[in-house]
Amino acid sequence: MKTFEIDRDVMEIAGRYQKAKEYLLPILQELVGKKGYLTEKIIRDVAKEMNISPNEVYGVATFYSFIKTKPTGKYVIRICQTIGCDLAGKDELIKALEKELRVKCSGTTDDMMFTLEKTNCIGMCDQGPAMLINDEVYARMDSKKAVELVKEYKAKENS
Amino acid sequence: MQTATETMLNIKINGKELQAKQGETILDVAKRNNIHIPTLCYHDDLCLSGICRVCAVDVEGQRLLQTACNTPVIPEMVVNTNSQRVRKARKMILELLLSEHVGECTTCKRNLNCELQELASLYGIEEVRFKKPEEKRFPIEENSPIVRDNDKCILCRRCVRVCEEIQEVEAITPVGRGKETSIGCLYDLTLDETVCVFCGQCINRCPTGALTEKDATKDVWRAIEDPAKHVVVQTAPAIRAALAEEFDVPPGERVTGKMTAALKMLGFDTVFDTDFTADLTIIEEGTELLTRLKKALVDKSDVSIPMFTSCSPGWINYIEHHYPDLLSNLSTCKSPQQMFGALIKTYYAQKKGLDPDSIVSVSVMPCTAKKYEADRPEMTDSGYKDVDYVLTTRELARMIKQAGLDLMEIEDAEFDAPMGISTGAGVIFGATGGVMEAAIRTAYELVTGREVPFENLDIKPVRGMDGIRAASVTITDPSPEWSFLDGAEVKVAVAHTLSNARKLMDEVREGKSPYHFIEVMACPGGCLGGGGQPIPTAPDIRKKRAQAIYTEDDCLALRKSHENPAVKQLYEEFLGEPNGHKSHELLHTHYTEKSNW
Repeated sequence: MKTFEIDRDVMEIAGRYQKAKEYLLPILQELVGKKGYLTEKIIRDVAKEMNISPNEVYGVATFYSFIKTKPTGKYVIRICQTIGCDLAGKDELIKALEKELRVKCSGTTDDMMFTLEKTNCIGMCDQGPAMLINDEVYARMDSKKAVELVKEYKAKENS
Repeated sequence: MQTATETMLNIKINGKELQAKQGETILDVAKRNNIHIPTLCYHDDLCLSGICRVCAVDVEGQRLLQTACNTPVIPEMVVNTNSQRVRKARKMILELLLSEHVGECTTCKRNLNCELQELASLYGIEEVRFKKPEEKRFPIEENSPIVRDNDKCILCRRCVRVCEEIQEVEAITPVGRGKETSIGCLYDLTLDETVCVFCGQCINRCPTGALTEKDATKDVWRAIEDPAKHVVVQTAPAIRAALAEEFDVPPGERVTGKMTAALKMLGFDTVFDTDFTADLTIIEEGTELLTRLKKALVDKSDVSIPMFTSCSPGWINYIEHHYPDLLSNLSTCKSPQQMFGALIKTYYAQKKGLDPDSIVSVSVMPCTAKKYEADRPEMTDSGYKDVDYVLTTRELARMIKQAGLDLMEIEDAEFDAPMGISTGAGVIFGATGGVMEAAIRTAYELVTGREVPFENLDIKPVRGMDGIRAASVTITDPSPEWSFLDGAEVKVAVAHTLSNARKLMDEVREGKSPYHFIEVMACPGGCLGGGGQPIPTAPDIRKKRAQAIYTEDDCLALRKSHENPAVKQLYEEFLGEPNGHKSHELLHTHYTEKSNW
C-alpha cells in the first residue's frame, strides 16, 4: 500500500474537531484559510483522517463556492450575481474588472495575484452592486470605483 | 403482512376509497392499488430521495404539489394523481430534465429501454421549450468496463445511492452545486483511478443511457465473420435465467436451450457452458478448503481461515482495494470464466488439434467486472489472453436481435461436449449461496462418502435473499484420511452485496469470525443480479431469476460437481489431480493489493 504521510495541518485541525463528520465543513474552512485551496492530497488526507470517502469530502468542498479546490490568486474578487446586484449593474463591474485585470471571469491573473469570480448573495442587496475582496466587503460599487480599488491593491503589493 | 398492531387508515386516491398502513407513502399505496404514478429517482432497491419531482401529485389542503414517493399518508388524505395541474407540472419537469439531457435517442444503447424516453412519450412531449446545450458538456469516459456519458445524466443519483448504500464503495458522488452539478469522482478522476470495483450496479439502476457497459459486440461479430478463427463461447449460469427478459418475457423464464441454439445460429463454432468450470471450481476450491483445514487442524501450520470464494470479480476488486490484509484468505482458484479461458486454449485446443492462436474465446457473463477480469495481465496462463471478449447478457440480446432471431421462437439445442456438460451444482453458481451449496454437496461427500444430510440435496439455510446467511454442517464418521474432521462443525457464511461482505470482513479482521468458509458475491442476489443483466432490476425480479436457477438444478440428473463425467475426464486426460501441478499453473491465480483511495 502506498503510505503517504498525512499533512500535519490536516491532522491538527481534524484532531481539534475530534475527526467528527459533522465538523467536516469547519475543518475544510480552516484548511482553506491556512492553505489557500484544497489539493487532491489534502482532500484524500482529510478523508483518511476522518475515515470517510474522499469523494464525500470533495462533494462537500465543491458544493460551497468559498471552499476552493483549485489554486486562486492572493486576492479573490467575488462579484455578487444575485438579483439585487444584478439589477444594480454587476455586469458593468465585471466587464471593467476583466479589462483592468486582463483576465476572464472565473480566471486568475498570470502573476497569481487576483482571481475574479461571481458569487451568490452576500447579503448586501440594499447596497448593490457589491463585491468582496477576500473577506473585505465593498458596497455601492461602480466600474470606476472598482478599478480604483483594484489599483490600490496592486500598489500595495508593489510597494 | 398485516398485523394486529398495524394501524390502518383511510385515504382517497382519485376518488377511490383506499386502505393504507401507517408509514406507507402515497406511492406505496398507489402501487398496491395499480394506480400508476411516474417515477425516475425512485428505485425499489434504494432509499427514498424525492429529487426528480416527476411523481408530483395533488394533495387536498396542500398549496404545492407533493412528491408521492416520499410523502407519508395521513388519515383522510385526499390525493389526485391525475389532475390537469399534475399533468402540466410533470410535463414541465420532464421538459426541464430533457433540456439537460443531451444525446441522440437513436444512437443510444438504452433506446427503447429508457425511463426518461418512456415518460417523454407518455406525457406527449413534442418539443422541449427550454434551450438545450448545443455541444457536449462532458467527455464520454470509456477507459473501464463502465462507460459514462454525463451529458445524458439527469442527476437522479440512483447510481450514487446504489454505490453508497448497497455496495458501500462510494466511487461516485455529486460534484458541484446547482446547475453545475455533475456525477463524478474527485478531481475528475476516471473510474479506473478510483476504488470502483466495476460491479455495474450503477448501470442497472440508471434510468437513461448515462451509464452503459463497454461494448464488445463489434469485436465478437468480427471474430465470428473471420473464417480463420475458431470462435468458442461459454455462457454463465445466470444468463439463461434472465436473457428472455430482453425479449419482453416476464422474469423467471429459463431459456437454456433457446440461448444455446441462438448462440449456434449467431455463428459461434462451439458453444460451451461455464457451469462446466463451475463444477471444476468446486473440485479445486473444495480440495483447497479441505487442505487448509487439514493444515490448520492437523499440521497446526499457519494458514488463513476462513477461506473466501473467489468467483466474483467485483468482490475480488473490492477486497484488493479495501481488505488487502485479508488477500491470503481468498481461495487461489480463478473464477469459472477464467478457468474456462485457460482450458480452451490448452486442453480444448489439444483435443481438437487446433492452433490456440486461431481460437477466439468469448464469454457471456451477467457481469461488467468480468470484462475487467478478462483484461487482467495475469490472466494469460494459457500463453494467450485466456478470455478474449466478454459480452454481457444485454450485449448478447442485442446480437441476437441484430441477427434477426426471435429468441422465444427458436428450437432448443444442447451445449457441445465435453465442456458443455455440467451439473446442477454448476447452475446454482448463478444465485447467491450457490457456490456454498455446491461446495458443501461435494466436500461433505468427499469426506464422509455420504450425501449431505439435507433433503433432496437442497441446502436451504444458504439460499434466499437475506444479506448474510450462515449455516453449519457437522461431520460424522468420515473416511479414514479425513478422520481429523470427525465431529467437526464446519461453519459457513454467505454474503451478497459488498456492504454485507464488509460486515463479515470486519469480523475476520478483528479475529472474531466463527466461520471456516465464506462465500461472497458482489451483486445483490449473486450473479443473477449482476451489472450485465437485463434492465430493470428489483428484488422481486431477482427472486424470480433465482427460482429459475434452482428449478434448473432440480431438473438435472447430475447435481453434484464431483459427478460431472466431463470434469473427471479432464482430470484423467489433462490435469492429473485437483490442486496438482497443472491445476496450479492454469486454474489458480494470485491477487494484488490496490490502493484504498
